[in-house]
Amino acid sequence: MDGTNSLRNGPDEHGRFGLYGGRFVAETLMPLILDLEKEYRAAKVDPEYQAQIKDLATHYTGRPSPLYYAERLSKHLGGAKVWFKREELNHTGSHKINNCLGQILLAKRMGKTRIIAETGAGQHGVATATVCAKFDLPCTIFMGATDVERQMPNVLRMKMLGAEVRPVTAGAGTLKDAMNEALRDWVTNVENTYYLIGTAAGPHPYPEMVRDFQSVIGTELKEQFRELEGKLPDAVVACVGGGSNAIGTFHAFLDDPEVAIYGAEAGGHGIDIENGHAASMTGGRPGVLHGNRTYLLQDKDGQILEGHSISAGLDYPGVGPEHSYLHDTKRVTYVPITDNEALEAFQLCTKMEGIIPALESAHGLAQVIKLAPKMGKDQSVVLCLSGRGDKDVESVGKYLGLLK
Amino acid sequence: MTTRIDRAFAAAKAANRPAFVTYLMGGDPDLATSQAILNALPQAGADVIELGLPFSDPMADGVVIQMAGQRALKAGQTLLGVLGMVEEFRRKDENTPIVLMGYYNPIYSFGVDKFLATAKEAGVDGLIIVDLPAEEDNELCIPALKAGINFIRLTTPTTDDKRLPVVLENTSGFVYYVSMTGITGAAIKSRSAVGEAVSRIKTHTDLPVAVGFGIKTAEDAAEIGKHADGIVVGTVLVDAVAKTLVDGKATDKTVSAVRELVADIAAGVKRARA
Repeated sequence: MDGTNSLRNGPDEHGRFGLYGGRFVAETLMPLILDLEKEYRAAKVDPEYQAQIKDLATHYTGRPSPLYYAERLSKHLGGAKVWFKREELNHTGSHKINNCLGQILLAKRMGKTRIIAETGAGQHGVATATVCAKFDLPCTIFMGATDVERQMPNVLRMKMLGAEVRPVTAGAGTLKDAMNEALRDWVTNVENTYYLIGTAAGPHPYPEMVRDFQSVIGTELKEQFRELEGKLPDAVVACVGGGSNAIGTFHAFLDDPEVAIYGAEAGGHGIDIENGHAASMTGGRPGVLHGNRTYLLQDKDGQILEGHSISAGLDYPGVGPEHSYLHDTKRVTYVPITDNEALEAFQLCTKMEGIIPALESAHGLAQVIKLAPKMGKDQSVVLCLSGRGDKDVESVGKYLGLLK
Repeated sequence: MTTRIDRAFAAAKAANRPAFVTYLMGGDPDLATSQAILNALPQAGADVIELGLPFSDPMADGVVIQMAGQRALKAGQTLLGVLGMVEEFRRKDENTPIVLMGYYNPIYSFGVDKFLATAKEAGVDGLIIVDLPAEEDNELCIPALKAGINFIRLTTPTTDDKRLPVVLENTSGFVYYVSMTGITGAAIKSRSAVGEAVSRIKTHTDLPVAVGFGIKTAEDAAEIGKHADGIVVGTVLVDAVAKTLVDGKATDKTVSAVRELVADIAAGVKRARA
């Protein structure tokens, strides 16, 4: 379905998804962003580029990722069958590698000799450091100082892969501040540097590009589910920070109205607490930051709030512009999940399925836990299990009092 | 109809020198001190004033201006507060143009039409909004022109001859040439390259071209000012504020430190073509 009523046609030629998206960047970056768009358009229809991506997906990432029936959890919840799309089994442990491989090949095509990236939980940083090692490019990863603390295993991985990790102390030292600093570096070194953005946000064409690279998740899922169950799932669920795994999961289903779609935002301490959560669609309003217009957490004067989430990967005051559009059109239902709900889901998944999920993905699972019991036993809900939780065991251990 | 900005550049040209454009962050370190600095600038030698709108996430600014914005926000500064500073300034000065410089979100949040009406009323002459490139002209640039407020565009070393016409199309007042690819407060790399760039821009426009980023001393001003219609000084002035603070609070040296530095650099501006 690619008709005029399709929800899958965005963005328009100005990089807009309805009101959202756009190119709100300094003039210094404009020529490069226009170049990038041109290069991406060319690559998209280049069979050689597509073949390279396919080959790397199969032999480097390990795609397709399995679709797994979580039997014990399903029985425990007593309703719909619960399935996991196992993105955590990808090389580097999350969906982030899908996007990094696509973009590093573009950077190579453009003749760039240095890579920069921002990271929150460190999953994107690790994936970026990984492809930079493989393609022999120097890379600098900007990471909030708070996140460096709470995601130490990933910091060590990045360093071992040869990346320089630059802790950012401005603001609350989280993802937003890392992105500001990455943009400052990019403006300064625009000539030789490629900014490998990790989420489906930022100036056009990044939201479109990252979505395209991540759409493999939903496309595979649809096919796998049809093979196993002979139909479409009744619901799909993913966690939303910037929203790259979510848009990758959702995109294939946008024009299938019989499939309910849910995005789990970080509800932190609760959405009634200002600056106590990172649920930009539930608790924010449209604004302009980091190159795009989208829902943002901001005060009444348009100053951006820091937000809070137990999960570093969701701790961001904005969201990808396509999600803002899907929120307004009500095609996707975005719901806040609190820190505590995510922690409970984390433990349940670990004990019942023997799978330690990333705290980010645990937000999605918490929504599944709410949904499944209300659905029929003949129905199915699929969660994008976007990342593994090895990086979180220390901070979860602290919360649970297992560590002093 | 000539504007304050036109007249300021014309007057400097008549005196055979570049116009001196000074930047201060609106509300740094507090409203009263910032107002006193603003009021003192024309007499110290400023021909045009850029007044910074503080923003939580200044992506194109170096650490000095980032900190100044944070001080202003911490002291309770708002968009309306900055417009109030302009209004107060205009009670005593009808001639010195004021250009607001900042990022789009606080304006978008305030409401574009309401902002333009309030700014015009307060006596604002121009806007420099860093994250609104020509591709987003419908957001604020076109409405500002209709409201009689100049929209001053930044051009950079990456703006080549092919792109310059796009950038200059709706630019008015003056053109702000950013002397480097980088953030505010970095060091200038090549003075001669700046002169070439200014000449290149002038083949595309009759507007005055002011050069900013990396001008720190009277010597820089004299050197860069040979080729440019205006020179912009920001970070060192903001740093002069910062250096006088005790525990983040203004002291009796704060206003005079800025005034003296502006006077010193103004002397460099005057001898640029001597």
